[in-house]
Amino acid sequence: MNWVNIALQGVLLGGLYALFAIGLALVFGVMRLVNLAHGDLGILAAFITLAFLRTGHVGLIESAILSIVIMFGVGYVLQRGLLNYTLGTDDTRPIVVTFGLAIIIQNALLLKFSADEQGLDAGSIETASLHISKQIAIGWYPLLVFVLAVVIIAAVQLFLNRTKMGRAFRATSDDREAAELMGMNNRHIYALAMAVSLATVAIGGIALAVRTTFDPTAGSFNLIYAFEAVIMGGMGSLWGTLLGGVILGLAQTLGAQAFGTGWGILCGNVVFLIVLAVRPSGFFARTVTA
Amino acid sequence: MSAGGDVTASEAVSVGARRELPAFRVSRSTRLHLVVLIVSVGIVVLLASVPIWAQESVTNTLIILFELVALAQMWNLLGGFAGLISVGQQAYIGIGGYGLWFFGDELHVHPFLAVLCAAALAAVVAVPIAPLLFRLRGGYFAIGTWVFAVIVMIIVSNIQSTGGGSGKTVISAALLPRTERIYGTYWVGLVVAVGSILLVYLLLRWKRGLALTSIRDNTLAAESSGVNVFTSKLIVYVVAAFGCGAMGAVVAMNLLRIQPAASFSINWTAYAIFIVVIGGFGSIEGPILGAVIYFALQQTLAQYGSTYFLLPGVLAVVMATKLPRGLWGLVNSRWDIHLFPVRRGLVLEKPAAQPPKAEAPMTAEQATS
Amino acid sequence: MSFLEVQNVDVFYGDFQALFSVSFSVEEGQIFAAIGANGAGKSTMLRTIAGLSRPRSGQILFEGQPVDHVSAHKRVGMGISMVPEGRRVFASLTVNENLQVGAYGGRPGDWNIESVYELFPLLKPLAKRQAASLSGGEQQALAIGRALMSNPRLVLLDEVSLGLAPVVIKRIYEAMVELPARGTTILVVEQDVQHVLTVADHVACFLEGRISLEGKPDELKQDDITAAYFGMDVSA
Repeated sequence: MNWVNIALQGVLLGGLYALFAIGLALVFGVMRLVNLAHGDLGILAAFITLAFLRTGHVGLIESAILSIVIMFGVGYVLQRGLLNYTLGTDDTRPIVVTFGLAIIIQNALLLKFSADEQGLDAGSIETASLHISKQIAIGWYPLLVFVLAVVIIAAVQLFLNRTKMGRAFRATSDDREAAELMGMNNRHIYALAMAVSLATVAIGGIALAVRTTFDPTAGSFNLIYAFEAVIMGGMGSLWGTLLGGVILGLAQTLGAQAFGTGWGILCGNVVFLIVLAVRPSGFFARTVTA
Repeated sequence: MSAGGDVTASEAVSVGARRELPAFRVSRSTRLHLVVLIVSVGIVVLLASVPIWAQESVTNTLIILFELVALAQMWNLLGGFAGLISVGQQAYIGIGGYGLWFFGDELHVHPFLAVLCAAALAAVVAVPIAPLLFRLRGGYFAIGTWVFAVIVMIIVSNIQSTGGGSGKTVISAALLPRTERIYGTYWVGLVVAVGSILLVYLLLRWKRGLALTSIRDNTLAAESSGVNVFTSKLIVYVVAAFGCGAMGAVVAMNLLRIQPAASFSINWTAYAIFIVVIGGFGSIEGPILGAVIYFALQQTLAQYGSTYFLLPGVLAVVMATKLPRGLWGLVNSRWDIHLFPVRRGLVLEKPAAQPPKAEAPMTAEQATS
Repeated sequence: MSFLEVQNVDVFYGDFQALFSVSFSVEEGQIFAAIGANGAGKSTMLRTIAGLSRPRSGQILFEGQPVDHVSAHKRVGMGISMVPEGRRVFASLTVNENLQVGAYGGRPGDWNIESVYELFPLLKPLAKRQAASLSGGEQQALAIGRALMSNPRLVLLDEVSLGLAPVVIKRIYEAMVELPARGTTILVVEQDVQHVLTVADHVACFLEGRISLEGKPDELKQDDITAAYFGMDVSA
């Protein structure tokens, strides 16, 4: 029965990973940009939340919301002011620039907050558990995060499918130039996509920060988990990132249980390599060409 | 058709030139290259002599420069020439370091020879990994290389026989007689640096060289022209792993220690990226220039602690956006200098019959006598 | 003041000059045809009017306003709409969504999804289908309908008959002819000379980046047109 509990933990952990993955997938879908600073931007949101909390004037929820809104703005400005200029036929520039950004963010955070582990305190919900049966229990908090991931994916999907701006995202993704000819301003649309992306990764970063401790260098691993979730789930599908996240979470938790705590992360990575070898386009891949 | 009279330039071209095109041949070297060769040999000889007349601190510092040069050449080979942007070369740097320990301490190979063995080990590991990673493109390929580096680091951290998380001392190197160790480490470092430059140069001069740049520029077109993209990419990836492995072995030999967090650190990638962004991409000269500049920057800023990383980071972001071809790219576009003869140009066999200004524009290099 | 005036426009792609001091004007309600061989510069001209390329020198005046340095997406709001070469429909969107997106610019007018389906009845049963699964002719109709959704005053059509079956081309030209009566001026680029000359009010022939011949189709001799198209010197 212990295995069932472990497996459930893994599934719910997948929700957290999905939160990180959504933004990465969205930005890649709309403008073919792989943002290597994605994970660090999520951690940045956690630190911003921490900074607000430390002022003593605001509670956790308010700090989180402020942080998410700020990251939305940061995403818009970052894309419009810097990253739009790196897009083009050359693959190299976005990678180099976003990598440089990651380094800058990490070091800036180190300067301001030191390398100490930090945590966001959400009170008793962090450890409360829900007993499904006598032997099976899941944590309230991981369940909450998982539900949050589902809600956000559904919301973004709805946005893409049913709204005018969502159609504009999809049209720009299909054919940037033709979209311009229809009156869509690429620079603005890309910036909005990045804004949404950073808002979601902010949620992920804050969710992580409540669940476990974090430090300025935690962003790298979040990027890797997000990336693995996207690849395993299939590029082009948001629900796929949830599946990918769940697979990763399962592999990590089951692996840790089977081989020892140090090996859990490795198991996740190895499963990723296996999926890559066997199904390189992931499980839900969608590519459409005219 | 034309009613006779003067033949204008456009008519001549469209009808079929009756003008004489001067005889030319395709060549790679010019007199400038000869000068560069002589100067380079001189520099290498000078560098080789350093341990004899300089203090140990100088040789120790210069080894770092050699490591950076080798790293930058390999990273640029992957990214600047083959279009494979890797943020995971630290995997092979670490394998090189651990390989040095393994061959030197466990198999009792002489440390200097162990460097070669470690490099070979890195190359061997690269062979099965490459096809897996090649399923990813662009930014996802980059992250994939990072994932591989993380995997190797975790494995090494968790195995007790390799020293686990705290690492090990490279005893075989530490036990060498002092002068032999200092001189030897330095010279091995120099050989690795010069060797990496030569390796890239030879790879480009080989007929695959042109194929590489075609893959970088347009994979689909290259494929349809018959270039075997996969094999070319594989060769480049394995060679880069070899070079990084050698460099990693030098690092380990210089520090006399291997440790997962340091040997597999993402910082190596950061150095490489800064160097090629500042110095230049897609040329052999660029990374050398970049390595020298970054080395100087590192030495001057190191006293300010780990925050010195911020400045190169900002510099790299700015340069990648504004001056994407780096400083050497700037020099190149102003003065069209190429120190390494890897490009082919047209050389006039004999002076043209008409004055040069009337020539159709050709990239003619100076005629060699 | 003409509806659209192009004055001494030079356009470069990097170092390559595609248009050399091109000038012409289009009157409101006209069907203006630009013909010429491949690479003559006609598509470049259209792209420049739409805003995808900028002239290095010269001016473009639309309804008296200079537009040569206005962003492409803003020109839609001013009433310029283009059907690009190769159709370029949004592959992952449905036919309906493609049309909806065409109205992104928000200009008021008579064109809406219903009226587009009236113009091209073949599209109506395809409303929920993904654009990628449509045939060439269906995609072309969709591309034209999409451009009309922005209620343009000027429609730029780039090689709309390329690769299509004659019966489809016929339908498209029938639709094209209806447009001026509904308040839209048309500037059409074609390689297929015969067809377009039957509907055009005015024609300009492009050759190597310059206009080699201009005039009304019924006033121009067949030989002159051929000479201007291929660049043969017929001066005797």
